[in-house]
Amino acid sequence: MFSLLRSMWLTFLHAFHKRETILYPEEKPILPTRWRGRIVLTRDPDGGERCVACNLCAVACPVDCIALQATEDDAGRRYPDFFRINFSRCIFCGYCEDACPTYAIQLIPDFEMGEYNRQNLVYEKKDLLINSEGKYPGYNYYKVAGMAIGGKGKGEAENEAPPVDIKSLIP
Amino acid sequence: MEEAAPNYFLIIGGVLFVMLNVAAALIWVERRLLALFQDRYGPNRAGPLGLFIVAADSIKLFFKQDWIPPFADKPVFILAPAIVVVTVLMSFVVIPFAPGVIVADLNIGLLFFLAMSSMGAYSIILGGWASNNKYSLLGAMRGAAQMISYEVFMGLSLMGVVLLSSSFSLVEIVEAQRGLWFFIPQIVGFVIFFIAGIAETHRLPFDIPEAESELVAGFHSEYSGMKFGMFFIGEYMGITLISCMIVTLYFGGWLGPDFLPPVVWFILKTAFFLMIFILLRASMPRPRYDQLMEYGWKILLPLTLLNLLVTAAVVLWVNE
Repeated sequence: MFSLLRSMWLTFLHAFHKRETILYPEEKPILPTRWRGRIVLTRDPDGGERCVACNLCAVACPVDCIALQATEDDAGRRYPDFFRINFSRCIFCGYCEDACPTYAIQLIPDFEMGEYNRQNLVYEKKDLLINSEGKYPGYNYYKVAGMAIGGKGKGEAENEAPPVDIKSLIP
Repeated sequence: MEEAAPNYFLIIGGVLFVMLNVAAALIWVERRLLALFQDRYGPNRAGPLGLFIVAADSIKLFFKQDWIPPFADKPVFILAPAIVVVTVLMSFVVIPFAPGVIVADLNIGLLFFLAMSSMGAYSIILGGWASNNKYSLLGAMRGAAQMISYEVFMGLSLMGVVLLSSSFSLVEIVEAQRGLWFFIPQIVGFVIFFIAGIAETHRLPFDIPEAESELVAGFHSEYSGMKFGMFFIGEYMGITLISCMIVTLYFGGWLGPDFLPPVVWFILKTAFFLMIFILLRASMPRPRYDQLMEYGWKILLPLTLLNLLVTAAVVLWVNE
């Protein structure tokens, strides 16, 4: 009997505690930096697209919400011709971010994507590309990859030596 | 009996109006208070302080599909929710809200209240039976057992009050409390009546017939729309009724210092007990079914009988 009264009293005291509720539209919640929200495509420090259109994100996506078409520019640099994410299907699992070899696709802490028209939830490349390096500042895929593109030969990237000429006898 | 005849229909209409509105307003009160006790805000968007939630909820209930399952026993299914509202509203007939503000001052008011609250059990049993659903039936059976067992000492616990005031009429019981509110000499009776009252209205610590974690929603699993709303309203009016009865029987009804009119005292006291009901909901876990029965028959019933005997002996000794 006493414990019942005590628990009633303790519950009553909760009336004077601080509210846990965050009154959302007026007061924005503080999201963790690794919150998996809206998907963006980031750029490298030079302002170029990081995405090399490898399709790994589209393959990793469990709900098949990513569609893209690879193409190449004059310098031999791969980029997506179109990049489309259907956010009405996306489950924000973050597998695309894990799969991405160039840190291009990233999930950012933003969840306010409500739309009245379902079609507006299909984001095209212009909606997805942002003017930022995202979570990995200073990373530039073509500057560290041993891949030859126009203006940069093999072995000219950072922390790289030119490849061994196997047809030469000189040590 | 006081001369209340001239505005008889006014009183009936007033009581009906106030009670139905109180039941509706309790939707808001309960949600706000529960939120208060759980460190939340509760409904606070629709209208000032979220008050329009009452209108939104009732409109929603009215416009929901009123579905009767094909396997249900149709006439009984429709009748059951009406019984609970009718019996509870009938009980309000004998409650004196203020001197003269009473629908009918029956000289057996207390017995009338007990009879009507027992009738409420039918609504649960019939509702659960007519739903033709095993969870509903289980809920109904539990509800029947619970209400019948708690009915026994609910009546007996009131006998202490009857002994002290030597009347079954609620007006005379209130008048008898001019010197001393009955909850002091009858503290045991009060506690037992309160517990039995919670069980009678099957409110949360004793919501065994509903028990949504075990029985989906118990006896009203199959109900929808306004038929469910009737059970809902019936429950809220039930707790209002029990609060009114507690106030009338143990806390001096409309009596109170003169600076406020009697009816305000009655409302204040009743509101206090309504809040206690909601606080109970926020703080108590639901007992197991057999625990509930054991608690009722093995502890509360002997305690009630003892209380009755001691009260009778004291009254006899004082009168000698």
